Amino acid sequence: MKELSLNILDIAKNSVTAGATLVEITVTETPARLTISVSDNGCGMTPEFVARVTDPFTTTRTTRKVGLGIPLLQMEAQMAGGDLSIESEVGKGTTTSAWFDPGHIDMPPLGDLNSSILTLIQGSPDIDFLFTHSIGERSYTLDTREIREIMGDISLAEPEILAWLGDYISENESSISNPT
Amino acid sequence: MKSLEELKALREQMQSKMNVRKDDNETIRVVVGMATCGIAAGARPVLNAFMEEVNKRGLNNVQVTQTGCIGVCRLEPIVEVFVPGQEKVTYVKMNAEKVPAIVAQHIVNKQVVTDYTIGAAE
Repeated sequence: MKELSLNILDIAKNSVTAGATLVEITVTETPARLTISVSDNGCGMTPEFVARVTDPFTTTRTTRKVGLGIPLLQMEAQMAGGDLSIESEVGKGTTTSAWFDPGHIDMPPLGDLNSSILTLIQGSPDIDFLFTHSIGERSYTLDTREIREIMGDISLAEPEILAWLGDYISENESSISNPT
Repeated sequence: MKSLEELKALREQMQSKMNVRKDDNETIRVVVGMATCGIAAGARPVLNAFMEEVNKRGLNNVQVTQTGCIGVCRLEPIVEVFVPGQEKVTYVKMNAEKVPAIVAQHIVNKQVVTDYTIGAAE
């Protein structure tokens, strides 16, 4: 993966596959640590499966025997002075967290978060996403439940809504990264 | 700053438009493989380019959707185009630059862009 936002897109899709109705994506940046967390209320995993899930030869797919999403993110975190952890309970959901040392020479760029969030909403317009990005003291949140309440039965995947969401995210991104 | 109030205005605008969407058996589907393999190979900008191009041309009979691993990871990003009544066409090793040609020639003019298909790659 070229940037962490692509890992976020990839890992959050696991939550969609797990049948989640709400996926919380949190990116927290401090000078000492960057943490990405993806938390869902999907089907969860047994402790035995969690223990095996960072193995590239573990997957729930039946067509072939590899699953690379989690191992790739773990490798990237470990290469940049961090690691990955998974907490999961069957029937409750799963939280996957990865943390990095932002000053590490192998720290990957965070990349285009906006595009990843829009891609998730476009791909699963019936699932709710709660996205929070904080840099130091400043943060913003996008909660699709609020958007859905206003839009009623209009799909969030409609281009007009995605365009509005894109503008909303980029305005907020610039306000937390370049405070005036 | 954008406010949620603006969304209410957007909803009013959109509700009138919703009724003119065509029904399912005329819909052309564009499906982008978005599993780990697709994402790593660059599927996200391909998906965005299709949505942008379809929007720009106002093609409201086209649906752009995502799927998992299509099965030939080494040829990702892969895009499948389903035109009703015709055989599925699989485009491989996609990038955003190839998208306008596929939309103009295949989706609008019904001429498959043979150079980008899986048949040409194999």
